[in-house]
Amino acid sequence: MASWLFATVWSPYAVGIGIGLLGCLTLLVSSKPIGCSTAFSRMAGMIEKFFRGVRMGNKLYYQEVKLEVDWQWMFVAGITVGAFISALLSSDFHWQWIPAQWSAAFGDDRLIRIITALCGGVLLGLGARWADGCTSGHGISGTMQLAVSSWISAICFFIGGIAGAWILFHWIV
Amino acid sequence: MKKSATAERLQGLFFGVIFGFLLQKGGATKYDVIIGQLLLYDFTVVKIMLSAVITGMIGIHWLRRQGWITFTPKAGSWGKNLLGGLIFGVGFALLGYCPGTIAGAVGNGSLDALIGGLPGILLGSALLAAVYPKLKTGILKKGDFGAMTLPQLLNMSEWAVILPLAAFLIFILCWIEAAGL
Repeated sequence: MASWLFATVWSPYAVGIGIGLLGCLTLLVSSKPIGCSTAFSRMAGMIEKFFRGVRMGNKLYYQEVKLEVDWQWMFVAGITVGAFISALLSSDFHWQWIPAQWSAAFGDDRLIRIITALCGGVLLGLGARWADGCTSGHGISGTMQLAVSSWISAICFFIGGIAGAWILFHWIV
Repeated sequence: MKKSATAERLQGLFFGVIFGFLLQKGGATKYDVIIGQLLLYDFTVVKIMLSAVITGMIGIHWLRRQGWITFTPKAGSWGKNLLGGLIFGVGFALLGYCPGTIAGAVGNGSLDALIGGLPGILLGSALLAAVYPKLKTGILKKGDFGAMTLPQLLNMSEWAVILPLAAFLIFILCWIEAAGL
């Protein structure tokens, strides 16, 4: 049988070529580039609307980014499903609070990890919407299309990320 | 022909499942792999991204030449992409996942992604929506260059950009392999 389906890790090049071909397919079949972060804006808006209703007002941002479950929203939901299937097939699924590298540097306090992840998430969400794209929308789809905005963004994601990780792991610890 | 919303959603779900499957097989749904990339001792993420970009760049330009697809390059500006990119990067380092891989990390069982990162990204997205009217005409317009592409910027034909760029990215990958990273 197809033992490669059950392997825990594939060659990063096989995965990358697969993602590149997927990026061609989504444009060809759905006329959509691979992207993720707009879905989080829609979700955030939907949650805000659920709790605040009309008091939320008519925000300019949500006139441009409609509050609906669209192609990309389902795409992001699909990522969770696909990763779950892949992890199950290779017995690589496990509940985990603290990743090993975090634990080695900062210890096993769950609260510290969760608060850091929350703060990181806020900056990530803010930055992704500020730049109008994330590691997939800019980093993969936009760079493939040779968009200047995407090359600048993708390079800055990694400059910020490398500098941030360096400070976190070498200065703070 | 306009596709029905349901068909569109099902396609999104289907492609998302494949993307999530690939990300998990690549290890990109794991904090340790992503932070290893940012700390520059594990180059898995760069290997995945660059091989995706090389494949996709050649593929989609070929498809466009056949007249089968159109492109959607995003408009940009220095204020938007440089600043937004750096803010994103710092968040990337603190969280250890990005908006796509965090969805995969949840599927992989990572509770720091589910309980910490996910609400954080939603909060950050809501925050941007709240301040957007002020930013839109201010910082996001600073150094505006529109929906420009590299061939337009360099005033070259697209394949004159694609082929040397692909060669350069392959060179970087070979260099990474040769360095044993």
